[in-house]
Amino acid sequence: MSILEKDLTVKKATRQGFGDEIVEIGKENKDVYVIDVDIAKSCKTTDFIKELPNQHINVGIAEQNAAGLAAGLATTGKIPFVSTYAVFGSLRMAEQIRQEICYPNLNVKIACSHGGLTPANDGGSHQAIEDMGVLRSIPNMTVIMGADYYSTRKLVRQAAEIYGPVYLRFTRDTVPMIYGEDEEFTIGKAKKIKDGKDLAIIANGDTVHLAIQATKQLENEGISVKLLDMHTIKPIDREAVVECLGIGKIITVEDHNILNGLGSAVCEVVAEEGNGIVRRIGVQDQFGQSAPYEKLLELNGITVENIVSTAKNLVK
Amino acid sequence: MNNISVQKLKEKAIEMRQTAITMIHKAQSGHPGGSLSAADIMTALYFKEMKVDPENPNWEDRDRFVLSKGHVCPIQYAALALKGFVPYETIYTLREYGSPFQGHPDMKKCPGIDISTGSLGQGLSCGVGMAIAGKRDGKDYRVFSLIGDGECQEGQIWEAAQTAVKYQLDNLAVFVDNNRLQIDGFCDEIMPLQDLENKFAAFGFETKRIDGHSMEQIVETLDEIRDVKNGRPKCIVLDTVKGKGVSYMEDIADWHGVAPNNEEYQQAMAELAGGLK
Repeated sequence: MSILEKDLTVKKATRQGFGDEIVEIGKENKDVYVIDVDIAKSCKTTDFIKELPNQHINVGIAEQNAAGLAAGLATTGKIPFVSTYAVFGSLRMAEQIRQEICYPNLNVKIACSHGGLTPANDGGSHQAIEDMGVLRSIPNMTVIMGADYYSTRKLVRQAAEIYGPVYLRFTRDTVPMIYGEDEEFTIGKAKKIKDGKDLAIIANGDTVHLAIQATKQLENEGISVKLLDMHTIKPIDREAVVECLGIGKIITVEDHNILNGLGSAVCEVVAEEGNGIVRRIGVQDQFGQSAPYEKLLELNGITVENIVSTAKNLVK
Repeated sequence: MNNISVQKLKEKAIEMRQTAITMIHKAQSGHPGGSLSAADIMTALYFKEMKVDPENPNWEDRDRFVLSKGHVCPIQYAALALKGFVPYETIYTLREYGSPFQGHPDMKKCPGIDISTGSLGQGLSCGVGMAIAGKRDGKDYRVFSLIGDGECQEGQIWEAAQTAVKYQLDNLAVFVDNNRLQIDGFCDEIMPLQDLENKFAAFGFETKRIDGHSMEQIVETLDEIRDVKNGRPKCIVLDTVKGKGVSYMEDIADWHGVAPNNEEYQQAMAELAGGLK
């Protein structure tokens, strides 16, 4: 069955994907540690704590210390996953991540729930709209957001298997299950959901299902869409973006500020590699507020309707 | 632990100070004040206390050292050069392109550096991580960390301290280089730290305060804490003098990060040759 025909009403939060996968990984590899900063219940690491207490540390509400401690663990061969919310995991810990993890290139993973606008009713203070951009700027860091539960599990597992710092971002709220359990993903390689010839849509994280719905509408109206899930924004899959240049018209969709996230990363490649027009759909360089998640997406034009109309304007 | 007399350690401390000052003079850049205040504890740790192997710097059972106040790395580099982790001539490359002796410690470039540091307040957390790993892995290595008194103005130091107590890290020893100065002047004027020994004690550390330039007191203290497995991390506050051993540098904040000129260098080397008064 094509992904486009999947029933998108079945949903799960990708933070649960992390919580479920990390237990499996931890059982297989005793060097895998989880470091919590009090919010284990919310970050879905309670099963890990129950099953693998000797591989778990909780430092309380002290994110900076968590990052440094993880670096110390990594020097002894451990593979620590620091688990927190994206707004803290990117910004509160930013300098520790730079100095003690990325600068010495240590094998620490930063695993963050509450990415983008998904902690909707928590308000603007808790909505991480700049996290991936911040961490994309630090050398040695890999930056990833899976689109759904199973892709997140696969990407978490790969993050544990590759050497070096990785930032993983998850959703607080449930998002549609797009992929089957056996679908394979490779860090740094875009997932091609569909080929097309009139337009390319490159989306990631919790916007991929919106891009799928938009693609279906556009196809019904005779517009042929190539659709990519760019789960890794750093290193960006240059080859996949360059392939889109054959079409020359690209729309990026992300639950992140349009500055310095997926859209910017794609624009960098397009500008360097050839001719193409890119339209970025994402958070409009503004903070969020308490509201239903769908309302926040709507306020930023991160909607199926906006993807469709942007596409039509572009191919006109 | 090496059997080495207090007298021999005092002689080593002279070499350590002279090496650090030579390095900074050659580079015309670096931090002499704190390197000199930390010289005696660094000498005792590297030449008596710590289980390290210059031939195998990444030996997994080695004791770990975290220089949380990373800017005083010339004194750690002096130890690494004198111990043979790198050829002694490396001291003439401090802060130069391609040198293992970066402006602040870089574990990827220099053998014997267990963690890169340089941003104050962060190193102790790394030490805590190493100590937890040691406990969980059933290893008997110890972790030593040198922090500055001014550095204790950083909140993360106290985040690390509470974690060391929670995880009962009796394999961790923290030394505070209490030289009372920071870049802009006396800590008491910039941001008073109150009684650091009491603060660490209140966090749950086993503490002691000694003269950080008395090799006798340093050795006695290291002997005391070596085998204490009581579930409590140790904190030793070392009362020290910034610039110790070079008369014109002592207690002068301006010698925090300035290199001596040729004339000052000659005077410093002559004064240091006689050992501490």
